[in-house]
Amino acid sequence: MATFVQQLINGVAWGSVYALIALGYTMVYGVLRMINFAHGDVVMVGAMFGLWLAGLCGAVAGPEFTGSFTAFLIVLPVSMAFCALVGIAIEQLAYRPLRRSPRIAVLITAIGVSFLLEYGGQAVLGATPRAFPRLVGGTTWTFFEQTTVLEDGSMHFSSLVISSIDLIIVSVSLALMLALQFIVFGTKIGKAMRAVAFSHDAARLMGINVDRIITFTFGLGSALAAAAGVLLAIKVQSAEPLMGLMPGLKAFVAAVLGGIGNIPGAVVGGLVLGVAETMVAGYLSSTYKDAIAFVVLILILLFKPSGLFGTPQVEKV
Amino acid sequence: MRRLAFLGSILALALTGCPSSNTGTATATATPAPVEEPFIKVGQFVSLTGGTATFGQSTDRGVQLALTEINAAGGVLGKPIKVLTEDTQSKPEEAKTSVLKLIKQDHVVALIGEIASSRTLAAAPEAQRSKVPLITPGSTNPEVTAKGDFIFRICFIDPVQGQVMARFAAQDLKLMKAAILTDVKNDYSVGLAKYFKEEYVKLGGKIVAEESYSENDKEFKAQLTSIKGKSPDILIIPGYYTEVGMIANQSRELGMKQIMLGGDGWDSEMTAKIGGKAIEGSYYTNHYATDDPNPVVQEFITKYKAAYGGQTPDAMAALGYDTMRLTADAIKRAGSTDGDKLRQAIQDTKDFPGVTGSITIDKDRNATKPITVLKIVNGEYKLAKTIAP
Repeated sequence: MATFVQQLINGVAWGSVYALIALGYTMVYGVLRMINFAHGDVVMVGAMFGLWLAGLCGAVAGPEFTGSFTAFLIVLPVSMAFCALVGIAIEQLAYRPLRRSPRIAVLITAIGVSFLLEYGGQAVLGATPRAFPRLVGGTTWTFFEQTTVLEDGSMHFSSLVISSIDLIIVSVSLALMLALQFIVFGTKIGKAMRAVAFSHDAARLMGINVDRIITFTFGLGSALAAAAGVLLAIKVQSAEPLMGLMPGLKAFVAAVLGGIGNIPGAVVGGLVLGVAETMVAGYLSSTYKDAIAFVVLILILLFKPSGLFGTPQVEKV
Repeated sequence: MRRLAFLGSILALALTGCPSSNTGTATATATPAPVEEPFIKVGQFVSLTGGTATFGQSTDRGVQLALTEINAAGGVLGKPIKVLTEDTQSKPEEAKTSVLKLIKQDHVVALIGEIASSRTLAAAPEAQRSKVPLITPGSTNPEVTAKGDFIFRICFIDPVQGQVMARFAAQDLKLMKAAILTDVKNDYSVGLAKYFKEEYVKLGGKIVAEESYSENDKEFKAQLTSIKGKSPDILIIPGYYTEVGMIANQSRELGMKQIMLGGDGWDSEMTAKIGGKAIEGSYYTNHYATDDPNPVVQEFITKYKAAYGGQTPDAMAALGYDTMRLTADAIKRAGSTDGDKLRQAIQDTKDFPGVTGSITIDKDRNATKPITVLKIVNGEYKLAKTIAP
């Protein structure tokens, strides 16, 4: 039982990272009807920038400071702000000129931007993984500790452990998701985002500056990606240029699973995928982990093409 | 015209095989090769980039250090040796392409290459087909030299390494319940886990859990939680340094206190850097120890540090150094760069005094030599024991 609950905790912590990334996919899809395949690589940019910033903090305030929670409180928002700018730059340079082009052109450009970030990152930063500092410390809390002596005389320990890293990942993700929900449903700009998502032309007629809303959406999505990047790097304690590739793809699956364009759907999709992967790796074999993620995608597309929370849409002709 | 000159310079760079950069300034000025080669060309294919980049970079540094010494002493057969380096990007398919290029285009007389067994396995058939002797510094999977009589290695093989790990765990540490976490995408890891298991069970040990992961995974908590439920005494991780540190950290986050034991795939400063406190007190088997009092070892370390800004050489650097020196020695003994004669000379290697121990090539083209066990103490790798095969 302890093992099962532990696996659930592992899955939720891992799924939170997927959920954060999935939110960016879903928002951009919502307003632009495009899949921004470079999104996963913005995650990497966030982690790399966070690494640099943590190093800078360490250089300025001493190595002790690097491992402190204060450093985390500096690194996370600054990385998010930096990536918001990166996301806006990507949108302005790569996607805006193609606003009136067929959707496939934008999609291919997105893949191009993704490769540019991945391999440009390898060329500039090198491909070797770098150690990422433990920004939030390594405290663990143990519950239900139990020691049983088995028949053959050997000891058997079981306990439920929650680490500060996982706790912070889940709570930061949750906070950011709530903040996002508030922005989209509780503010004027959120209302404008929803209007743009409904129809670009109608929104424009209502006096909404569509381009500005799109820029804002990219900035917001990229900031969330940066948060995911920093949290992911803290979790695995390393960062490298290809680190966003697989999580990015999985988060895309999560977004589709939840119903692309739907914010709570992305969160649920991420959590479901994280827990499913953990359970597969824990109880079956890690070999099937990635396969399962994509089988889930195919099944969803077969039986409920609009995703768990998505509403079926009629393609406008 | 300017364009043409630019193209020419690119061509010159390509021909001199610049990626290795250490000799870059010396060789970049060389004009495209004339008919009679003024040097003996040896090809090197290593992972300078990619997941296991530190393996390749270290090997290359070792090779370049040996090369400088050999050429300073007048080279071999009256000519200096030139090493042409290709980057395999840590990918098996690139290893094969690199070797093909070195053989067909650069006409190298011998090949040095790859630490990772999966990559040497991909490249070896090409070397065998073209009858160019290949010496791998660090591929420990037994399959590698079975690819043909032109494929050699100067390191121990995984069955021996696995046995030593098992003996160390069961007899020295006296820990009789082990859990294994294998990288299923990696020939080396799968092989080492298998040989460990065979010997460990023979010695009375019990494998309580066997879990797996795949190269480039970042999350191991699911597997570790399963392992934790079985309460092993020791965690066996026959993988590479890229994942070991993460596994160690995540096991501690789950409240697991078991020490870990691994193979030579751990040998990189990244293991201790990423693993931090979590990896303290763990052990791994390796080719050599930097605190080995043997003067051959200490002399090498001093020279290496002088050449590379005080950096301490890891085992891959030592193996690269030994491979280059053994290759030069074999060319000298063969008195020729002819493939068959060179092959025979390498085969006849006996008691070659290497940094990684005395090297004798056996009939299966493997090196027989002792294995060292290192312990991670305060982020440094200390000699714990030397075990004869």
